[in-house]
Amino acid sequence: MEFEVVIGLEVHVQLNTKTKMFCSCPTSFAQRQNINTCPTCLALPGALPVVNSEAVKKAMMFGYAINAKINERSVFNRKNYFYPDLPKGYQISQFEIPIVENGYLFIDTQEEKRKIGITRAHLEEDAGKNIHEGAVSKVDLNRAGTPLLEIVSEPDIRSSDEAVAYLKKLHAIVRYLDISDANMQEGSFRCDANVSIRPKGDDRLYTRVEIKNLNSFRFIQKAIDYEVQRHIEAWEEGVYESEVVQETRLFDADRGVTKSMRGKEESADYRYFPDPDLLPVVIPQEFFEEASKIPELPDEKEERFIKEYGIGRYNAALIAGSKEMADFFEKMLSYGIDAKNAVSWLTVELAARLNKSGKDIVDSPVCAERLAKLVQRIEDKTISNKAAKDVLDYLFEHEAEVDEAIEKLGLKQISDAGAIAAIIDEILSANEDKVAEYKNGKEKLFGFFVGQVMKASKGKADPQLVNRLLKERLG
Amino acid sequence: MITLKEAMKLNKEELKEIVSDIKTRVQKSDINAYISLDEGFEGVPVAIKDNIQVKGWNVTCGSKILQGYVAPYDATVIVKMKEAGLAPFGRTNMDEFAMGSSTETSYYGKTLNPKDKSRVPGGSSGGSAAAVAAKEAIAALGSDTGGSIRQPAAFCGIVGMKPTYGRVSRYGLAAYGSSLDQIGPMTQNVEDAAILYDIISGYDPKDSTSARIENPGVSKSLNPDRKFKIGIVPSYIKDASSEVQKAYDKAISILQKEGHTIKEVSLMDARYDIASYYITAMAEASTNLSRYDGVRYGFRAESENLKQMYKKTRSEGFGEEVKRRILLGTFVLSSGYYDAYYIKAQKLRNLIKSEYEKVFSKVDLILSPVAPTVAFEFGSKKTPLEMYLSDVYTIGVNLSGLPAISLPVDEHQGLPVGLQFIAGAFEEQKLFDAALGLERALDSQN
Repeated sequence: MEFEVVIGLEVHVQLNTKTKMFCSCPTSFAQRQNINTCPTCLALPGALPVVNSEAVKKAMMFGYAINAKINERSVFNRKNYFYPDLPKGYQISQFEIPIVENGYLFIDTQEEKRKIGITRAHLEEDAGKNIHEGAVSKVDLNRAGTPLLEIVSEPDIRSSDEAVAYLKKLHAIVRYLDISDANMQEGSFRCDANVSIRPKGDDRLYTRVEIKNLNSFRFIQKAIDYEVQRHIEAWEEGVYESEVVQETRLFDADRGVTKSMRGKEESADYRYFPDPDLLPVVIPQEFFEEASKIPELPDEKEERFIKEYGIGRYNAALIAGSKEMADFFEKMLSYGIDAKNAVSWLTVELAARLNKSGKDIVDSPVCAERLAKLVQRIEDKTISNKAAKDVLDYLFEHEAEVDEAIEKLGLKQISDAGAIAAIIDEILSANEDKVAEYKNGKEKLFGFFVGQVMKASKGKADPQLVNRLLKERLG
Repeated sequence: MITLKEAMKLNKEELKEIVSDIKTRVQKSDINAYISLDEGFEGVPVAIKDNIQVKGWNVTCGSKILQGYVAPYDATVIVKMKEAGLAPFGRTNMDEFAMGSSTETSYYGKTLNPKDKSRVPGGSSGGSAAAVAAKEAIAALGSDTGGSIRQPAAFCGIVGMKPTYGRVSRYGLAAYGSSLDQIGPMTQNVEDAAILYDIISGYDPKDSTSARIENPGVSKSLNPDRKFKIGIVPSYIKDASSEVQKAYDKAISILQKEGHTIKEVSLMDARYDIASYYITAMAEASTNLSRYDGVRYGFRAESENLKQMYKKTRSEGFGEEVKRRILLGTFVLSSGYYDAYYIKAQKLRNLIKSEYEKVFSKVDLILSPVAPTVAFEFGSKKTPLEMYLSDVYTIGVNLSGLPAISLPVDEHQGLPVGLQFIAGAFEEQKLFDAALGLERALDSQN
């Protein structure tokens, strides 16, 4: 039987506001535990929450970015459960009326662009952290109350590849909007996946399993693939009903498997109800004007790159898919270099070196200005394409200007026709027999002469010039 | 006892003397109005209900679970009081977490009614009421979720006022029912109540439910001569005791004599108030009190593991009435019961509110009993429900967010009988003017 995979994703994005969701404590890194706290985020008796309007604006910007409905009036609810990292014994979240509803985004699949629906995005507060040290458990509430935007997709995703494409697009959007650092390792971009399968052609939704603890694109892919395989095998072995139950599973990255965390029968009753400490949020008109001014987004940028710079869709999508990459690219272009050269030096040469050293584009040892300068030196024939790769290697390891590096490596191309002509004359007089053979029709010897000239110039002679001058000499 | 108005004119030395007089009286007293005589501030001493945060004080809400907890910040009302030259002085006893109508549920023992020590002072602000009535305080702050200022004021024979919801910041008031709670003044007379109300009221950006509207104050423009259209609710009175009915009739005849217009109005059967109120208050309380978990502060029971720690801490730290309300509140919010109880209670609440709005389109004020009886004897309420039913006259005001003031109108065998005026939202001036007029008329009678 053929199966269809049905995936819905819930993403928690930590918003990069200056202060917490319901108090004025900073969200910045703290040197010590429990330093960024106050009566409100410590849940002391009598302390009250006040909604952070910066978080509201950032959530609205996201709403505009995914063409969603932004609710002028939304409601904060209490989600009740006990845990030491949850000081109030409830999390303030949104339930029935979220701030953002009914949006969508497009993902690139191999065949087409696919539209993935986004059911809702709502504001809530993060919990603190429990720290277990042997027999002692400690609680750090520095993170408690940090604003989160929970983004819930429709079950529109059909494979783990699409899941990763969706997450990467979402990631790019929040980075472009600058509403989150969206760092997966640090937990400011966290994902839970709801996975189920169904026989192809069946419209019904079958038992859905929620997978938590997915903190990299690679793990998400592996976890979904594992889970889908588990469902299919259970189906084929006739044990689907007993093996696949609605539950939460944790991904064990070391073993590459998912493990049951808690069953449905134990699932908590969160007793959601409107938080009486917060009146319904009614967004002032000026917020709509402010939040609607969102920057260019990845899809628009991709189209512009194609149109404006004449680069191919694959590269345009690759570069526009990351804000940092796109910024780097446009910075390079601002030095007047050819777009196609910029693309290959960025996406092939620099990317390969970054990849090899495990660095991200933002930590690139070679900045956009230097890489552009390097391309310029190829374009103005100061160095050859091949020599430029050596220069880039050098710049990757050393703090130096491009021209300095060329000088230091002695890779400056000889473009002086007189100098090259002198080398040619030397080579030809040393190889008079071969010249004669050439003149008698053995034309493939031309390559031999070019090689000899380049060798004699230690590779620095401009090959095009060498070709032209040789042809003249050999008549 | 010197009034608040007079005390505010005294110099430091004179105030010191007053404070030491109060201390002496409290030490000699057996009514247990105070949990502790905390002090530390300069100014006119005002007693503070034990659920209002005062920096440096061990604020406990009358509960074991907050034993040893020291508040690290001042409630907004305390900040305002200090700015006005008033000094928090003494934590007054209360029903645990303000849940009760008799101050019998305090972990720190019951408070006796100074008018008759075999009777309750009312609650939950029973300590504040008893302290003012027994001349152990010049004035006090209380909090009113379902009558917790007005009913003890009536039982002890003092003035107690509950402001419009949103008029006084709740920042720093340990929450019971967040959508119902208001802090208010408890004083010897109407003018003092107006003065203290002016000091503590006003918009506070720290409280999202605080009303962002002009707050002109009432005490400087008090006018006991204003004439009002006053609504009475005959259907309400029939269930009250004869002494309350007598006081009600007395008040009506005085008000008529004073030139006010009395008009009969009708309100929905008050038993709906009880249902809507207790579901709402308990639902909110059940989650407001989740923070008392033994993790960060207050009482923690020694335990083997986390689950046991929660269970033991909360089982041992909370009293019976608090646990009952947490359980009921948890139940009405549970999936499967939420619509039948919580949602229905909110619909009912909106109905009650709109009924009051209709009435206030016809009259300026409503005159109503505060409690069905005078102060009752300790242990006389046999079941929790009996106790809940005694709140019948006060909770509609909280459900509707309206201001109301209770003042002593009559006496029966030495026990005070209080009545309340209720006004439309943010009509505090009318409330105080009418109360001052009635107080003056009553004084001239005696």
